Amino acid sequence: GIMADDILPNVGHVLLVLSGKGGVGKSTVATQLALALVEAGKKVGLLDIDLCGPSVAKMLDLEGRDIHQCSDGWLPVYADPSQQLGVMSIAFMLSHRDDAIVWRGPKKNAMIKQFLTDVAWGELEYLIIDTPPGTSDEHITVVENLQSCNPDGAILVSTPQAVSLGDVRRELSFCKRTHLPVLGIVENMSGFVCPHCSECTNVFSSGGGEAFAQDFHIPFLGRIPLDPKLSQCTEEGQSLAKVFPTSPTIQAVRTVVDNLVAQLKSRTNAKHGST
Amino acid sequence: MQVIVPSVSVLDCPGTESEDAGKASACSGCPNQEICASAKPRAPDPDVGQVRERMAGVKHKILVLSGKGGVGKSTFSAQLAYGIAADEAKQVALLDIDICGPSIPRIMGCDGEQVHQSNSGWSPIYVEDNLSVMSVGFLLGSPDDAVIWRGPKKNGLIKQFLRDVDWGDVDYLIVDTPPGTSDEHLSIVQYLSSTHVDGAVVITTPQEVSLLDVRKEISFCRKVKLPIIGVVENMSGFVCPKCKHQSQIFPPTTGGAEKMAKDMGIPFLGRLPLDPRIGKSCDEGKSFLTEHEDSPAAAAYRSVINEITTHCTEGPTTDSQC
Repeated sequence: GIMADDILPNVGHVLLVLSGKGGVGKSTVATQLALALVEAGKKVGLLDIDLCGPSVAKMLDLEGRDIHQCSDGWLPVYADPSQQLGVMSIAFMLSHRDDAIVWRGPKKNAMIKQFLTDVAWGELEYLIIDTPPGTSDEHITVVENLQSCNPDGAILVSTPQAVSLGDVRRELSFCKRTHLPVLGIVENMSGFVCPHCSECTNVFSSGGGEAFAQDFHIPFLGRIPLDPKLSQCTEEGQSLAKVFPTSPTIQAVRTVVDNLVAQLKSRTNAKHGST
Repeated sequence: MQVIVPSVSVLDCPGTESEDAGKASACSGCPNQEICASAKPRAPDPDVGQVRERMAGVKHKILVLSGKGGVGKSTFSAQLAYGIAADEAKQVALLDIDICGPSIPRIMGCDGEQVHQSNSGWSPIYVEDNLSVMSVGFLLGSPDDAVIWRGPKKNGLIKQFLRDVDWGDVDYLIVDTPPGTSDEHLSIVQYLSSTHVDGAVVITTPQEVSLLDVRKEISFCRKVKLPIIGVVENMSGFVCPKCKHQSQIFPPTTGGAEKMAKDMGIPFLGRLPLDPRIGKSCDEGKSFLTEHEDSPAAAAYRSVINEITTHCTEGPTTDSQC
């Protein structure tokens, strides 16, 4: 087994971004949260444990980078010269971008364990872990291996529609079964504002995320709209805040971060018995 | 002096039941290696024969794959099933092997149905006389039940679906898959390997973040020698219902699926637009093709479906490289 001090010894908050449903924006939300926290002056790590479809490296324009090893372990790939955002992903370990990782469970589990024990993250205020959709090997392994370092909990991501929320319910059950606290739910792709006429269309339905939060008594962290500019930025590995600083989407992301930080604070206070 | 961590081997796990289990070069470093290497050689799997028997009455098999989550595999699988079943003379079966996130029961309007067993095996759920469905969703007691299984158990259920479900004689078996290139995908290909599979329909959205994963899926298909019927670009353009202007919500910054298909030498089957009524139909368990048959999206679907069925019955219309 892994000793308590082998796992993430200097990380303040460990957050998992989960869904159950694919393609709702886990990687996008994980990346945007990381960027927003860095902007707020925090030191952040971003770990992508989606081994089959690792999107984070692309979203931060880090494709083609190598992982360097030092005496303390593997160094994260830094997204910025001041090393405020360290990233780890299997994407950095592929000879060719189109290579498919065709691994069954045991090999995936071993890799994820390595990401948790062998990466020299250094001191971090936040470690955000992006996950693949589902409730299988990757999720079981990461939760098992994180037990000794008391992760703060899970951020659930969904689109507003029933088909997505149907899977997120199961993810919520997963969290309950594995005693992983749920910090809240983010409703992504929440409405599309036509750039020509400003009409808002609920492309993937509406209101589902907030109703889910109410029905299942979990915090609603906020909603992020469907924004082609955000898609563009994730395509090109750019920060939305830098390229489109007046975008309402940035405010939406900041609201989610503020709500998340408030959740973390109230849980820490509850733990320490302060008011 | 910093050393660079070497690339990983993407070589397949040969499978825990394979002759090479524990001995293949891909096995080094796997925590299971000792267990696999010391296991006694296995007799041929009798289930494979049973699967072949069940599949003997299935004329065409189509796998709907992606690599990327949330691009519309289940949505497409459902409309493909509805579309082919519109011809009452065709018998269609839809198998959902997404064990963690089974969307098909809801999309096909049969959420909450239960599977019955008979002498001839498990009965699939009939949504129409000529359209039957099977999914782990029907085996769960409650919509909150999470299937938290590791690979081997998922593989076991997939095998059961193929071995024990009494599909009867079927013209088209459509298999909806979860995203990725892992246990479920290896298993379905493995278990169907003794039968004829027409091929894979690969779904993507236009943006590079999707194409990145979809190229990997295509690599996977080539590795396991699964023919590729073609690629479909979903969520391709959105027409504002008010001003009718088109926007690209998921911009094809690197040329979209058509360019990728060309670069990789596989057929491009067509584009499907983002119509909010599609998602709504899925949420409500109704056939979009029936509810909105005059819509441009439905026309686009029918065109793609036609390409696929033509490929199955007449052979590839253009070169579909394996």
